[in-house]
Amino acid sequence: MSADSASQAPELLRRLLRAKDRMDAASHEDWPVRRLARVSRVSEAHFARSFKRAFGVPPHRYLLTRRIERATALLRDTDRPITEIALDTGWESLGTFGRTFRDVTGESPGAVRARARAAAHELGRVPACFVSAAHRPDLTIAVSEKRRREATDINGSEQKEIP
Amino acid sequence: MSQGVKEVGLYVRDQDEALAFYVGKLGFRVHTDVRNGDYRWLTVQHPDQPSLQLGLFKPGPPVLDEATAQTVHAIVAKGAMPPLVLGVDDCRAAYERLHAVGVEFTQEPTSRYGNVDASFRDPSGNGWKMIEARL
Repeated sequence: MSADSASQAPELLRRLLRAKDRMDAASHEDWPVRRLARVSRVSEAHFARSFKRAFGVPPHRYLLTRRIERATALLRDTDRPITEIALDTGWESLGTFGRTFRDVTGESPGAVRARARAAAHELGRVPACFVSAAHRPDLTIAVSEKRRREATDINGSEQKEIP
Repeated sequence: MSQGVKEVGLYVRDQDEALAFYVGKLGFRVHTDVRNGDYRWLTVQHPDQPSLQLGLFKPGPPVLDEATAQTVHAIVAKGAMPPLVLGVDDCRAAYERLHAVGVEFTQEPTSRYGNVDASFRDPSGNGWKMIEARL
């Protein structure tokens, strides 16, 4: 842990954790800063910065990793159509989901599904809720930055980070 | 003498608050509550599991220096301590009972592959998974 976050008051961290917990419980919902700030009882102006100091990633990017984690679990564990999974995990369209999923994980949703089915269930002894966490993407940079770095045609176009 | 794990400790921000939570809400019993100056050795046990004590410790002097204690407090408050698992006979009934007395649930009872689990936190931020295991 950085000295930076150790300097945040435990009472504040506990309230920020509550916002993180709420995103965990309902990652398919919209979580604008205003809503998260209210959960944590801090001002909107301070929320995003405090959250990033505490948990190392901005709140919207944390939400994105949880959505991808949940989608990955559904791809792996169910036979539900990918479109349905996309809408259920918080995306507005299959296109946005597929593109973001590929940008974050490096694979298409269909490829992840196929690979997960082929793999042995070596995590079978771990409770399902913790198995899911093991597949959470480690998104250390913004998706827009990831796209920029991976783009073969670097034309300097600005892309909005999703969500 | 029986062998095995006898006691496992948690860090909490306030031992009175933790006692009220684990005993008053979860239904644990006090096993040991001994003070020596600022130091307080406090353990509780599950009524069905007398062989294991759960220690509720406040990080601080004389065991930890102030700076280290502050770091530990932050880690606990951020929910970064390892997961804890509480086994129950009936997850939905336990959820109703604990939710009614104000336990902070972070996940409502959910069925997964025949098991039902829910999640809650203690006041300090320690996260518990409550699991009703398939027989």
